[in-house]
Amino acid sequence: MNENRWRLPLRFGVLGYLALLVVLPVGTVFYRAFQHGLGAAWHAFTAPDALHALWLTLLVAAIAVPLNTVFGVGVSIILARHRFPGAWLLDAFVDIPLAISPVVIGLALILVYGHTGWLGNWLAARGITVIFSVPGIVMASAAVSLPYVVREVLPVLQEIGTEQEQAARTLGARPFTVFRRITLPNIRRGLAYGVTLTTARVLGEFGAVAIVSGAIAGKTQTLTLFISNSIDNLDPQSAYVGAVALCLSALIVLLFLTMTDRNREAWHGKAAA
Amino acid sequence: MTNLDATVADLGLGPPSRDPGPAERGPGRRRSRRYSLVAPSSALAHAGTFGKKAAGPALAVTYLSLLVLLPVAALITNAFSGGWHTFWAAVTQPEAVAALELTLVAALIVAIINSIAGLAIAFVLVRDDFKGKSVVSALIDLPFALPTIVAGLTLLALYGANSPFHLDLAGTRLGIGAALLFVTLPFCVRSVQPVLAELDAEIEDAASSLGATRRQVLRRILLPSVLPAVLAGAGLAFARAVGEFGSVVLISGNIPFKTEVASSWIFSLSQSDALPAASAVSIVLVLISLLVLLGIGWARRRFDVPETV
Repeated sequence: MNENRWRLPLRFGVLGYLALLVVLPVGTVFYRAFQHGLGAAWHAFTAPDALHALWLTLLVAAIAVPLNTVFGVGVSIILARHRFPGAWLLDAFVDIPLAISPVVIGLALILVYGHTGWLGNWLAARGITVIFSVPGIVMASAAVSLPYVVREVLPVLQEIGTEQEQAARTLGARPFTVFRRITLPNIRRGLAYGVTLTTARVLGEFGAVAIVSGAIAGKTQTLTLFISNSIDNLDPQSAYVGAVALCLSALIVLLFLTMTDRNREAWHGKAAA
Repeated sequence: MTNLDATVADLGLGPPSRDPGPAERGPGRRRSRRYSLVAPSSALAHAGTFGKKAAGPALAVTYLSLLVLLPVAALITNAFSGGWHTFWAAVTQPEAVAALELTLVAALIVAIINSIAGLAIAFVLVRDDFKGKSVVSALIDLPFALPTIVAGLTLLALYGANSPFHLDLAGTRLGIGAALLFVTLPFCVRSVQPVLAELDAEIEDAASSLGATRRQVLRRILLPSVLPAVLAGAGLAFARAVGEFGSVVLISGNIPFKTEVASSWIFSLSQSDALPAASAVSIVLVLISLLVLLGIGWARRRFDVPETV
């Protein structure tokens, strides 16, 4: 009897909080993007600057995500399968981007690769521009999304242990074969989860990219920078359309994560039983 | 490698070894015998593939150095490039102090509000049951998946100048608070939820049946068990809020001394090429979140709180 008195108010309080904080704001963006009709939205979406921003965002993801995937799997294997002095240090260093504001990560990259930076002169002499250019955007995106694959794959590697890999090795399998036939199938769900998180972060990164890119329209403007520039230029229609594009990608990511999570739980349950 | 050798040794497949004489047997000797059996083969294996083995770690460390370690070293060097006095001047400059103060106070308030809201949401998700609960549960992670600038834009769209609620939060500190509440929500829910799920409802029922009021059950049983998890979530939220930029910039308007948070002060310093000052303020920001995160790590080990976020 006591139960019912708090159950409903609490439920509706919680749902109300979520509606005001999450659902209504996201819904408003969709409404604003299409309030002048589908044609106006399509027009804003197909404007050259918008298309270029979309293309650049996809290009950056196409470079940064594979790099971080290879790095993440490699570091996880090193940390899980080898003992060496300083392992804990490597483990801790991988997490640095999680503890630092993205703006600070961008600033730190400028201090190394900018024209007055540590490697700035050396790079400039070779005609390489990193800051205010695409390589800088790729580096900033890769830096902020560095920890995700390691954080998802490392625990799985530690949990599955080494028996299967050792058995394969004693049967004469070469290291790469062991990785492809034993390790990879075992970590694939954690890896999928980590790669999805990495992709989401790279597609949506703003702070780190904003500081290194210079946000030159049609050149170094990713979708997130395009959104913020459109607001500054009093062109909300373009901003809302760009936001809808990123919202949709976030919803796909969310759907994928929820599905993978369910799979992971089912799989863990099976492993335990 | 060593594990494999140990297994091989256990199975008696290792290189033949001399059976030790009775005089050598005994608990003290056992270890050294085992060692002498394993060591040669593993040493040989290491000698043969050392070059190949070091290549992977070397590449990984190089990648990490180029993206993270070298930049962080440059940040520290740059912050102190003019000596301690310039560092101190940059950090105590009025606009920097105002930005840091606003950031810390806002992060603290947001962490407190979302800890309470997060506990309530986690409680409803674990104990309550209604249609569409799985959608609500998925919704919690939306701020994780949504790009920060989009989060800022969504709040601007609803609570900005053309707000359908006639509630213009653009350029106000309340707007900053709303943005930070949005992005930190998942931390506060997801760190409490699993702890609450593992908590046995029977203990609460037992207390109720013994005559405890709902409030007593809440205060004496529920809160003490989830408090470490709530604090861990609050710490994560605080650390995130302290460095937040994307979701805040659009709605805050970056008005100096009023709505300029630390990260946007760093941003504007770097745009005007005041890199040492930007680095100095960054160092303060990094130290604060590092301290909080180390504190959470310590508390997790101390109170055995699962790492879930």
